Amino acid sequence: MRTVPFALKLGAFLTIGFIAIAVFAPLVAPSGPLEQNLYEGLNGPDANHFLGQDRLGRDILSRIIYGSRVSLLVGFVTVSISFVIGTLLGAVAGYIGGRVDSFVMRLCDVFFAFPGILLAISVMAILGPSLTNVIVALSIMGWTSFARLARGQVLSLREREYVTAAESLGAGTPRIVFFHLLPNIMAPIIVEATFGIASAIVAEAGLSFLGLGVQAPTPSWGAMLSEGRQFLLIAPHLTIFPGLALMLVVMGVNFLGDGLRDALDPKRNISQRTV
Amino acid sequence: MKAFILNRLLSVIPVALGVVTLVFLIIHLTPGDPVEIMLGETAQAADKEELRRELGLDRPILEQYFSFLGKLAHGDLGNSLYTKRSVTESIKERYSATAQLALSSMFLAIIIAVPLGVIAAARKDTAIDNGAMAVSLIGVSIPSFCIGPLLILVFGIELQWFPVSGRGGLDSLVLPSVTLGTAMAAILSRLARSSVIEALNEDFITTARAKGVKERVILFRHALSNALIPVVTVAGLQLGALLAGAIITETIFAWPGIGRLTIQAINARDYPLTQGCVLTIALSYVLVNLVVDVLYTVIDPRVRQK
Repeated sequence: MRTVPFALKLGAFLTIGFIAIAVFAPLVAPSGPLEQNLYEGLNGPDANHFLGQDRLGRDILSRIIYGSRVSLLVGFVTVSISFVIGTLLGAVAGYIGGRVDSFVMRLCDVFFAFPGILLAISVMAILGPSLTNVIVALSIMGWTSFARLARGQVLSLREREYVTAAESLGAGTPRIVFFHLLPNIMAPIIVEATFGIASAIVAEAGLSFLGLGVQAPTPSWGAMLSEGRQFLLIAPHLTIFPGLALMLVVMGVNFLGDGLRDALDPKRNISQRTV
Repeated sequence: MKAFILNRLLSVIPVALGVVTLVFLIIHLTPGDPVEIMLGETAQAADKEELRRELGLDRPILEQYFSFLGKLAHGDLGNSLYTKRSVTESIKERYSATAQLALSSMFLAIIIAVPLGVIAAARKDTAIDNGAMAVSLIGVSIPSFCIGPLLILVFGIELQWFPVSGRGGLDSLVLPSVTLGTAMAAILSRLARSSVIEALNEDFITTARAKGVKERVILFRHALSNALIPVVTVAGLQLGALLAGAIITETIFAWPGIGRLTIQAINARDYPLTQGCVLTIALSYVLVNLVVDVLYTVIDPRVRQK
């Protein structure tokens, strides 16, 4: 009987844990994320505020809990958009080939020529900071990896007998792509999507850290880190706890992706069993 | 090999042109009036009109595009809206600081990652291997804007070993380089481990073992020299990514590089300067990748033979 890898268990535990915290934020947060108490500004952790308070006396734990909503929302929505656009474009390009394929791949090359979050920063610089614009900017950045992966997978499948059989029975391009190719290329794309969520969460926090993402007073881990930097000497808890939360959620999603890759890749399983 | 290098050189032209076009489109085809965004809604109509004329935004879009390409070919990226200085000159001044930071981060990442990866591979599936890979996964998961402030807190403020901001002597380079290089070190150590494990399963290693070669020599001379090729390639490709990663690191440490200039330009809504910075970073990335690709064919004898 196959056992579930430890990385997969830990990743699933952390990811599901953070999703639950985000969904039930009003129930688990000790106070509202915007509730101020100016007399207690920058207080360290104590019995009433486990992770301390920020400049305006707001509870850090509550802001981290509500901040997880922004991070996970951006992560999942961005990847969903990139996933749909990228996978469809890549699969169609791989199946049709020729000029369509060349065009889509050259477009990918151009987007790939922008390193890291530079493209998202450029888009945010023009669109202006807001949650919707963060999702738009990160989706523009993220679709290419799905397109390349889907195209590669389709190229290896399009000459298979079952595709030829469907073609000879008169199936059109949409039917072959949606019913014969896409279901068979999903495993590596799901793994890519998991890593994509981690990247999007980091990118959102990075944009907010630079002041280009979600704007105050909405709690966002990146913005909290940026604010904490100003009080590093007298209130390091402002930086440490949002940083830890971000690290844990990214680590959890990365572990989940690593575990899924091992679980969904038959070659890896065989090599693990034989070594 | 010559044909490959020539092909690779030619293939970079459409990509570079695509990058230039995309940067142009981002600035010119986004919703809203860029002049109003730059000057604010309350600006006088005459001021708006003057700026529109100055930037050439009153002309048809195709004319603007070809004029932009023509100027770019002569290294003219326009003038900053606020300092009125040439954008090209401003970027030239800052570029060396970013290159220094990126190169030192890469150096640091390699000297940490390669020994860590080799040790993990040699002790595969032991506590040392699992520990090293767990550390590397943590390294991949901590963004630079989490590590940077923590390093400042511990090594800058508490221990006072290194300066916390600005560009001075070599000591000012340590914290920004560690911040920028951590994720890369984590990626490279995982790659080094898998490459060494793969090399250790090759036939020439079995032959060396059969001939009685010592395990240490097998590991460092035979396996590592083969495993280093993908590591060096990825390190080179990551150098381009470090140029972009420097945007956040330079902001944290007030490092006077092109990344910080980009953020200053964005905050000041200085479009010509923003456009120039983004274009420079993106084109540097394309060129670095090209050089690494070509060098790869030079250093790997197997590719040369093909």
